[in-house]
Amino acid sequence: MSIDVLGPLVGRQSQGPTASAAIDEARRQLEICNACRYCEGYCSVFPAMTLHRAFDDGEVTQLANLCHNCRGCYYACQYTEPHEFDLNLPRALAEVRVESWERFIWPNGLAALFQRSGMALAGALFGAIAFMLALAYGLRPESGEGFYAVISHTVMATLFTVASILPLIVIGIGVWSYWRAVGGERVKLKHLHDALIDAGRLKNLSGGAADGCNYEKEDRYTMARRWSHQAVMWGFLMCFAATVSGTVLHYGFGMEAPYGPFSLPKLFGVPGGILMTIGGVGLIALKLRAEKSLGAPAVWGGEMAFVVLLTATALTGLALYWATGTGAVRPLLIVHLGTVLALYLTLPYTKMVHIPFRLAALVRDAQTKRA
Amino acid sequence: MGTPASLASLKSIEWDIVIVGGGNAALCAAIEAREAGARVLLLERAPKPYRGGNSRHTRNFRCMHQGPMSVLTDAYEEEEYFHDLMLVTKGNTDEPLARMAIRTSESCLPWMERNGVRFQPSLSGTLSLSRTNAFFLGGGKALVNAYYNRAQDLGVTVVYEAEVTHINIEGDSFNSVQVKRDDEEAEISGKAVVLASGGFQADIEWLARAWGPAARNFLIRGTPYNRGEVLRDMLDSGALSVGDPTQCHAVAIDGRAPKFDGGIVTRLDCVPFSVVVNKDGERFYNEGEDVWPKRYAIWGRLVAAQPDQVAYAIIDAKSANLFMPSVFPAEKANIIAELAAKMGLPAGKVEETISRFNAACKPGAFHPTELDGLATKGIEPAKTNWARPIDTPPFYGYSLRPGVTFTYLGLKVDQTARVSNNAGLYRNIWAAGEIMAGSILGQGYLAGFGMTIGTVFGRTAGREAAAYVN
Ligand SMILES: Cc1cc2nc3c(=O)[nH]c(=O)nc-3n(C[C@H](O)[C@H](O)[C@H](O)COP(=O)(O)OP(=O)(O)OC[C@H]3O[C@@H](n4cnc5c(N)ncnc54)[C@H](O)[C@@H]3O)c2cc1C
Ligand code: SF4
Ligand code: SF4
Repeated sequence: MSIDVLGPLVGRQSQGPTASAAIDEARRQLEICNACRYCEGYCSVFPAMTLHRAFDDGEVTQLANLCHNCRGCYYACQYTEPHEFDLNLPRALAEVRVESWERFIWPNGLAALFQRSGMALAGALFGAIAFMLALAYGLRPESGEGFYAVISHTVMATLFTVASILPLIVIGIGVWSYWRAVGGERVKLKHLHDALIDAGRLKNLSGGAADGCNYEKEDRYTMARRWSHQAVMWGFLMCFAATVSGTVLHYGFGMEAPYGPFSLPKLFGVPGGILMTIGGVGLIALKLRAEKSLGAPAVWGGEMAFVVLLTATALTGLALYWATGTGAVRPLLIVHLGTVLALYLTLPYTKMVHIPFRLAALVRDAQTKRA
Repeated sequence: MGTPASLASLKSIEWDIVIVGGGNAALCAAIEAREAGARVLLLERAPKPYRGGNSRHTRNFRCMHQGPMSVLTDAYEEEEYFHDLMLVTKGNTDEPLARMAIRTSESCLPWMERNGVRFQPSLSGTLSLSRTNAFFLGGGKALVNAYYNRAQDLGVTVVYEAEVTHINIEGDSFNSVQVKRDDEEAEISGKAVVLASGGFQADIEWLARAWGPAARNFLIRGTPYNRGEVLRDMLDSGALSVGDPTQCHAVAIDGRAPKFDGGIVTRLDCVPFSVVVNKDGERFYNEGEDVWPKRYAIWGRLVAAQPDQVAYAIIDAKSANLFMPSVFPAEKANIIAELAAKMGLPAGKVEETISRFNAACKPGAFHPTELDGLATKGIEPAKTNWARPIDTPPFYGYSLRPGVTFTYLGLKVDQTARVSNNAGLYRNIWAAGEIMAGSILGQGYLAGFGMTIGTVFGRTAGREAAAYVN
């Protein structure tokens, strides 16, 4: 890979001690866990932890990104508050995780803003919709049918290409900084294979030998979070496939949107949108019921706003589909495109970045396990 | 069911079975009794975050099995299990009771799974137990949580912070328990009682009376709530006892551990690779004695016999990674005298002890995982295995203190877990767990057997008590 040209750009982040209170606290707790190991069966954090006797900043960061906050290790822990050891590993790791994304993603301040403030994300959403509105009226197309009567295809395609490529570059640089900070090595195919299999099955959300997470029902295990997350993930991937197939149809075959119910974009998009909506609503309900102090409370609002935005993206997309041919298309399209735009542009600064960072953590984990 | 507003409100209900305690044995009894249809009240002295007694600190139970079962590999049959028990107790056991516990353990594993307990393969660093001991996923606290959930789903009434202070007995029959919560006291009657309030290790004064004043310096590895008042009360009422009243099971743990509830993380596995000195800087025992199963218990006693009940293990860089990581970092220095000073030991004396030890070490092959016979020559006490000179800086030091795990004195029970007095069996009093474990574990300790005893006798007591009231 020739990504090394980015070295000078990202070098500033990965050197020297972080002097981070969150990392120090997580390290304190990890050292207790490493002498205990009772939670070894829950997830991949513990087996990875036992490979070390001491934890440098990079190792703490890597373990934090392996954790998916299932909370099994909180309810199982004999050292939680009021015990003087005051263990709350899910929270300690969540705080390191969030902080690491803020540190690795450029510009640092933006991530902090959107992760911590639901209002900021809502602001971005309204801004994006207003922008689409202005676009739709300011650059009203001369001709065009269907969607493109609202906004011309050229404008739409240019806008969304830029809006998706810029965030991806920012994320790419961020993940590269992460990789350097955790001491990642050259990636081989088998590492990717291991990591993708884990991710695809959301293996760790299964709670290892447990029956799921200790999330919304305190110390009772449930699969609700895993299934909801699966729905969102596969739904999102299907929507993505819908977009890709639409692009191919447009440029490859000169077929323009809107597409019929049995076209590829619809066959992917409609079930994908439904899955995402169901999963998103599920995640919102679960998050409302789960104990806040076992995550990073400072980003609760930002995370909630993100799930709502993601769900709204799917929901407005579906609404648009059902409105085909009616007068509602125009306002719905503007709202939907605004939502998508907000989602894309804030991509590097919201919970969305857990995807690349978690994948990177899984690849790194596969490397250390196979080593 | 939630915590009732007042103890008085509990008096209006006619309880079939009152269960005293809230650890493994109590919960097993409660679940069995409730499944048999009894109306069950469980009184746990600890507040909810600390519920579950010493059971919340455990990690596994020892389970007989005739072939691979759940996470258990291979087979572990009755005779071998019984033989292992005889080895640690030196024959100080009630054979029929012990055999019953061993045999019943096999059917306990699926029962535990049915009631929500999840198992995991044996933890890293404990491979030697993968055949004999089934590890609880998340440890004992997760097990206790699963049982509380199960009990709640079944309709057992659980009251936290409810301390039982007295068992009212008339003749051969239990009538009621005296309970205290905050400033409130109440007498709650029931048709039968199961006593499952654990050992008495948290009552330091009791330990000191039994063992001697040295016990005031012991650390208690488990809950501060097991103070043995129910055991004391029963003995005062004339119940028969078993087990050595003067003894407790203690291991050498990190001297910086909290007085109570330090649990598993305070263990130190460095002794075989170290030189151990007392506070005068002198060696006092062969650090290289056979590791298993003796060392497990022997160092608790050895340290207890030293001045101020403290000792210091010193290792060098060669051995720093040979044992499980410790919860508190070791003291560290590049010269022995400095390390000694840091630990408050006479530097000159420690230097002399170490150099004499080093001079007695002989060349040979070192094998950390087996008895390698690498022994010292010409010093007393000798170190008969793993004797390598302490000569490679940095040097590390840990302080050691006795940590109490288990007490032996308990109530005598029969095969149905029923308690007796001089005149014979009580009509409606059962006991389970550590409060009666002395019947089987007269001395010594077999890893994972405490939870086996609690599960087997807890279930038996629950069933028998329910059969009695029905
Ligand atoms: C650190 C540590 C690790 C251990 N690891 C293992 C292991 O891995 N495997 C194993 O088999 N054994 C282990 N043991 C031993 C094991 O903990 C005990 O044998 C077992 O827990 C005893 O169970 P129990 O239910 O009898 O007592 P406990 O679990 O101690 O329960 C006693 C209960 O009674 C309550 N109680 C006490 N007094 C009163 C009162 N007056 N009124 C009301 N309630 C009262 C307490 O609050 C508590 O809930 C370990 C012990 C320690 C300390
Ligand atoms: S979370 Fe608690 S029980 Fe689990 S490994 Fe850490 S210290 Fe042990
Ligand atoms: S919260 Fe879950 S995923 Fe995170 S460390 Fe604990 S058990 Fe593992």
